[in-house]
Amino acid sequence: MLSPINVSLESLNLITLAPMLIPVVGALLILVIDILKGGLDRSLYVVLSVLFLALDFGALLDSAGVFGKDGIVLGLFDVMLIDGIAILAQFIIVATSMLFIPLALTHKRFHEFSYPEFFALFLFMISGFQFMVASDNLILIFVGLETASLALYTLIAMHNRDKSFEAAVKYFTMGALAAGFYSFGAMVFYALTGSVEINQIATVLAANGYVDIGYVLVGVVFMLGSFGFKLSVVPFHTWTPDVYEGSSAAMAGYMSIVPKIAAFVVAMRIFEFLVHSGIAWLEFILWIMVVVTMTAANVWALVQTDVKRMLAYSSISHAGFVMAAILVGTTQSNSALFLYWVLFSFTNLGSFSMLWISRQKQLPGYQKTDHSFDKFSGMIITSPMAAIIMAIFMLSLAGLPPFALFWGKVYMISSAVTGGYTILALIMALNSAIAGYYYLKLIVYMFMKDPIASNVDNNGELYVANATLALKSIIGFAIVGTIFAFLAINPLLEFITTFVYNSGY
Amino acid sequence: MLDHILSILIFFPALAGILGFMIDKKSIRAYGIAVGFVEFALSLWLWFAFDSNVSGMQFMENLPLIPSFGINYILGVDGISLFIIILAAFFTMIGIASLTKTKNEKNMIITLLFLQMTMIGVFSALDAIVFYVFWELSLVPMLYIIGAWGGPLRIYASIKFFLYTFAGSLVMLVGMLFMAYFFYQATGTWSFAILDWYRLILPESFQLWLFVAFFFGFAIKVPMFPFHTWLPYAHGQAPTIGSVILAAILLKMGTYAFIRFSLPLFPDASVFFMVPIAVIAIIMIIYTAMVAYAQKDVKQVVAYSSVSHMGVIILGTFALNVEGISGSVFLMIGHGVVSGALFLLVGVIYDRRHTKLMSEFGGLAHVMPRYATIFGIMLMASVGMPLTINFVGEFLSLLGFYEQSHILTLLAGIAIIVGAIYMLSAYKKMFFGNITKDENRELKDVNKRELLALIPLSIITIWLGIYPKPILEPINNSVEAVVQLMHNKSTTVEAKERIPNVSGIVISKTSTREAH
Repeated sequence: MLSPINVSLESLNLITLAPMLIPVVGALLILVIDILKGGLDRSLYVVLSVLFLALDFGALLDSAGVFGKDGIVLGLFDVMLIDGIAILAQFIIVATSMLFIPLALTHKRFHEFSYPEFFALFLFMISGFQFMVASDNLILIFVGLETASLALYTLIAMHNRDKSFEAAVKYFTMGALAAGFYSFGAMVFYALTGSVEINQIATVLAANGYVDIGYVLVGVVFMLGSFGFKLSVVPFHTWTPDVYEGSSAAMAGYMSIVPKIAAFVVAMRIFEFLVHSGIAWLEFILWIMVVVTMTAANVWALVQTDVKRMLAYSSISHAGFVMAAILVGTTQSNSALFLYWVLFSFTNLGSFSMLWISRQKQLPGYQKTDHSFDKFSGMIITSPMAAIIMAIFMLSLAGLPPFALFWGKVYMISSAVTGGYTILALIMALNSAIAGYYYLKLIVYMFMKDPIASNVDNNGELYVANATLALKSIIGFAIVGTIFAFLAINPLLEFITTFVYNSGY
Repeated sequence: MLDHILSILIFFPALAGILGFMIDKKSIRAYGIAVGFVEFALSLWLWFAFDSNVSGMQFMENLPLIPSFGINYILGVDGISLFIIILAAFFTMIGIASLTKTKNEKNMIITLLFLQMTMIGVFSALDAIVFYVFWELSLVPMLYIIGAWGGPLRIYASIKFFLYTFAGSLVMLVGMLFMAYFFYQATGTWSFAILDWYRLILPESFQLWLFVAFFFGFAIKVPMFPFHTWLPYAHGQAPTIGSVILAAILLKMGTYAFIRFSLPLFPDASVFFMVPIAVIAIIMIIYTAMVAYAQKDVKQVVAYSSVSHMGVIILGTFALNVEGISGSVFLMIGHGVVSGALFLLVGVIYDRRHTKLMSEFGGLAHVMPRYATIFGIMLMASVGMPLTINFVGEFLSLLGFYEQSHILTLLAGIAIIVGAIYMLSAYKKMFFGNITKDENRELKDVNKRELLALIPLSIITIWLGIYPKPILEPINNSVEAVVQLMHNKSTTVEAKERIPNVSGIVISKTSTREAH
């Protein structure tokens, strides 16, 4: 005999779902419009997506206000957890998406953007990422992760290159394996503690003093494997360069930012209590992973002949750098993670957009890939403005002051110093020097080599072949953010630190 | 306006550089000279307004940048940095004025203006992070100058220059972050302000590690043996203007930073490392002098002799007393003038013959008498002949170190005399004897544009050699304050003995500075 369950609507606190539901509504609206009248121009869908993302952003501002006043908010049978890091991560996700989606308005036509499904999937994906970061429940995290990932695989496959299918299938296979790892890890933790809530798991494990350390380690290994794939940590990184190469430059830039911040937040929730539990083994494994990811990815990036692949390896290295924050695990380091990622999103999206506006439909004879280094030879002579902008993005990625990422790097290394990880701080610093080499390589090509004859003739048109006002505005936005970041660091840092501290990280 | 003169000095060239993109290619040189002249006039005004009797910082500016992390935009000059700033403004001006025909002249001049911003920024920054920002930013214009206008191996040389210095300064950055963290632990607030750091007394073991971290950044920049390998490549491949700025100003960043950071922050460590560093400095003087003797290319001779003299500056700095440090600061000015002039002179002959090999020359004194005279004056100054600018600095540096160790000073003194041999033999090969190559018979002597740069440099060389007081006095005042600070801060017995107690009067001066 089942007894009826009474749940008052108020206790569900449905308002916590608002930011995630707005993009879902937007996606459904786009699909409905397409059913009612097909063949509409992509600009409609772009603007609709931007509008819904703006609404989403507004809803987030609202939750940020609530969090500032009342602290952490729970909702929907307490599976939703709106704390500071969830809000910060959603800000990054939505803001970056708003900068990304106008990149569809290229001068040349690419067929993926003519499908309204592209935009619908895109909005579903954002909602998935938002669910993922705004929950403490391993099951809801899994649902969010899979929603987002499945949408993302499709978005990659819609790009019209042979390599795109290869990339999508590769990403899908790897992603499926990662999902398997994740569910195995979650199962082990559930078996140990009888809960799928991360804070419950932490409490139970702390209460019984980690008696089943062997099983905990098994669970940790599966989780590490799963997040290793998502964050492209060495040795789980192998898919990254191929997938970035296969997808469009804009999409590659997006993938280096948004899925990773979502995964970072979940990794922070899961590993934070484990790192602080005093299991030396876990700290050691994380330390090795961080160092190897930073260093090995940097070394591989040195030998790339294609700018996009180089940037792919560089973003692996940046992810390793930021993983250090989870290892250090202090309030300062977690704030540094968000600060770094905000600054990184500007710079990296900017540099991938620069590749995107120079994307040709047909490759000339001397070029083997879309964005080989040769293509950029002597760019300073044929289109000086674009060369200078690209150079500033590269210098910022290399961590040269006063450009954006320098401040993230300084704060991150400082958090390692403060946390007592001296050797790690030195390795992080020296890795920036190694990374300097491959960023310089592009600058050398642009500024110090002679241009290829055909590029001189058409007056450097190649580098802005794809440019429209929308794309130029995005790049302008990114470059202003990159150069004048130092003016915004202080308020940003104070905001982030308050939010991270009040969430208990 | 005087309240913000340092900011104006820093950002005027940068603004002019940005606006320079609008100037037509044909008029850019006049624009560059005009901007350089205004900047130089402003720097002279700074000197005029500077009060030589005050030992502490003047024209201080303070703006919060990232207050929650203790980073502020703090500027200020004292007697140590004032003259290097003027030198930087001067060399940029004559560098642009004496620029020979180059491709992409516009890019070159705009780059030089940005470089000027970073140079003046380094010497006037009083916040470690602001200092670091300008220090690193100065690499980019130099990278471009060497890489775009250099010789056949230019790309290798420019990347080697960049990566070497970049790697060193990142280690220094970790040191700075540690320093700020110790300050945070001691006081509860984050601060990167150098004057705040001066008040912090660290235990000796911390000092040693931090000294080493800072040392990597500075020693690569100087460059000290064995980190000097990037410099001959950079000089060998760089265009004349690049070598001039590199030798005259950029290398001084390293030695200046030793006096601004290492000595006052880590007095005990400075005493601890005094002898090893002096030995390195002497190896640097002797070894590079011998390498210079073996060179066939006259520019490499000048480059190695420049490294060799940087060794004397380091030796003077690590004498850790007023004579030695004042001498080394004065020698920085002198070395800037003289080696800058020598690189300009090498550029003169390179423009005419497009070779720098000494075997291609010989008997040039017959066809280019004025050139030979100026080269002769600068060469004499370079080997430290009395009544020239370098003599004052070298003498004071060695005098200072003589108080610390007689034997090492004697070795250094002999090495400097040996240094005269390779310079004189290079001069002999180029200028004396008969004219051996027919191409050299018709060479034109120095023209007006070149004289415009060379004559003021010759005048300064001799004037400051005979009467160094106007510069030496303000330097001396500020150095006394630094030495007194080191004496007060030092904790070990040995350091108290090695670093002299200057006088009681200076202490009151230091306290007025802190009240600023």
